[in-house]
Amino acid sequence: MTTKSNAQAIGEKQAQHPLDDLLRTDRIPHIWCPGCGIGTAFAATLTAIKDSGLDLGHTAMVSGIGCSGRGAGYAKLDSYHTTHGRAIPFATGLKLANPKLNVVVFSGDGDLFAIGGNHFIHAARRNMDLTVICVNNLNYGMTGGQVAATTPHLAKTTTTPVGNPESPFNLPLLAYASGATFIARWTIMHGRDMVESLTEALLHRGFSFVEILSPCPINYGRRNKEKPLETLKLYEEKSIIKNNANPLEITLDAEKGIVLGNFYKESRPSCIESYDRTCRPDFLEQSS
Amino acid sequence: MKPAVLTGEHYMTGDEAIAEGALAAGCLFFGAYPITPATEIAERMSQRLFGVGGTFIQMEDEIAAMAAVVGASCAGVKSMTATSGPGFSLMMENLGLAIVMETPCVVANVQRAGPSTGLPTQGAQADMMQARWGSHGHYEIIALAPESAQEAFYETIRAFNLAEKYRTPVLIMTDELVGHMSERVVIPKKSAITLEDRPRPKGRKDRYLPFEPGPNGVPPMAAAGEGCAVHMTGLTHDAKGYPVMTVECQEQMVTRLVNKILDNRHDIFSFKEYRLEDADVAVVSYGISARTARAAVDEARQEGIKAGMLKLDTVWPFCEEKIFELAQRVKAFVTVEINLGQIHLEVMRAARGKAPCVLVGHAGGALISPEQVKAALRSI
Repeated sequence: MTTKSNAQAIGEKQAQHPLDDLLRTDRIPHIWCPGCGIGTAFAATLTAIKDSGLDLGHTAMVSGIGCSGRGAGYAKLDSYHTTHGRAIPFATGLKLANPKLNVVVFSGDGDLFAIGGNHFIHAARRNMDLTVICVNNLNYGMTGGQVAATTPHLAKTTTTPVGNPESPFNLPLLAYASGATFIARWTIMHGRDMVESLTEALLHRGFSFVEILSPCPINYGRRNKEKPLETLKLYEEKSIIKNNANPLEITLDAEKGIVLGNFYKESRPSCIESYDRTCRPDFLEQSS
Repeated sequence: MKPAVLTGEHYMTGDEAIAEGALAAGCLFFGAYPITPATEIAERMSQRLFGVGGTFIQMEDEIAAMAAVVGASCAGVKSMTATSGPGFSLMMENLGLAIVMETPCVVANVQRAGPSTGLPTQGAQADMMQARWGSHGHYEIIALAPESAQEAFYETIRAFNLAEKYRTPVLIMTDELVGHMSERVVIPKKSAITLEDRPRPKGRKDRYLPFEPGPNGVPPMAAAGEGCAVHMTGLTHDAKGYPVMTVECQEQMVTRLVNKILDNRHDIFSFKEYRLEDADVAVVSYGISARTARAAVDEARQEGIKAGMLKLDTVWPFCEEKIFELAQRVKAFVTVEINLGQIHLEVMRAARGKAPCVLVGHAGGALISPEQVKAALRSI
């Protein structure tokens, strides 16, 4: 009897969750592991979508493959779970075919920066009208914890059993060098900053990029002697908030510090604006 | 600005005719990546598409070009790309996505000789089996093979119509020889061109199921931004579009995707019978090689050999019933194609031992001469 009423109470509570109208509640429970940070990053994204006041009927989410790539499947928007690494070019086609859509790419570091790295730098170069949100958990979680293009040097993964011989990308620096016009990095410990930053990214015209650091205790933490809470403590203790920081100084390092902030914002014509001005005959006629 | 349908008589290449066919069919998005001998299609589209209200973009590779095409189609816009062998290989990944997401789109492959970089400027017809099975998993595909610039124009319109009607990617498997040959192309009045659009959802948007099939096996398609909160995934999914990781759902989804094409094959088929009524030998061909084969049939007839030709406009799905029917009344089949035996093996399979099958082909890079075909006809 008590159990039943508890369940009812929980059910009612869930029905009142402020993000329910943006969630495919019929797909819950989600697949994310206990201690994983993707859910926090995803909730922040949905909150930001709400806060931004975007027309939800004209907002689409596109994901690639991987743990974070499951995001699109839970968003009650037009949502597309595409092929591995190809969320950005798919989103590019979607946006160009209907510029009225707000297109959000929600995916992981392996998807966006290894297999999809080429698409990322080109979309940034074009200042393509997209918001790209990358949940960075430093490894390939879905496949059981392999080395990624973001895994720190010497970190252990299932494919670097004695330590990673390679060095990782610094994602915001890569975004900056590629031409992104809004660049930020936060962790899932920085809830309010993260939501505000994501809101700004969503309202930004052009290519906006937000990296969200997230723990992966099951696959990454476990192999690197980092207990679930320790990762969060690291985010809290080692983070240095430095808005407008020099992109060369935005380290992601347990020793030197994890630099967070809204690093860069630039106003230049977005891809669609540039195409309109350069290629559309009505614009060409007006200017001649 | 020029209209989408350039009514009148023109002198243009097969590649340009494909671009004009696409515009006449209402294509409004082209995702490009340059590659010989298909580049001219992209070039023509870059000149023409903005003028008719469309968008052209040259992407960073063929993977991205194909992904953008699928994305654009999900926004409700008729979209296409064009490539050749190496790019076709890269497009296979998102071609599979288009099949599973049931996204209408058109891919033209102006075939050159392979494998690998091969002979980039010289024609072949050796990607026919890649067209059939190039993406992983079991599926059915529609592939058309025009033999001239004029046919390239009409077959491109038909490709868009089939793509829309059946919510599926359609391949135009032409070749360098057709693509780069300039010939007369007559473009009709806009009013004389019949266009198909994808089936659209009716009724309440909150009850719409993006993968609930209609009477012909094809589900209605809502675009992004239409208020249906569509979900699509490359994973095996149910009528809602939600992933379901079961053997039963896999069986149901894949069987429906396959039958959507096979059950409608008589609408998708197009072939031309040439002097076949009293023929002893049936020559089977498609694309540029059909022109070789037709000349050989005419010349062989002058020598007293009763030859005829079955020219395949639609190569995939394969018209096996037609081949089997012919197999009962001809002494042999001769398949003419610029490869070392691809459609030839399909003809053998479909003939089911009722008639011997001969291949006239080579490894690629040039036309087959009518003389080679005649030699085969004489030896039967």
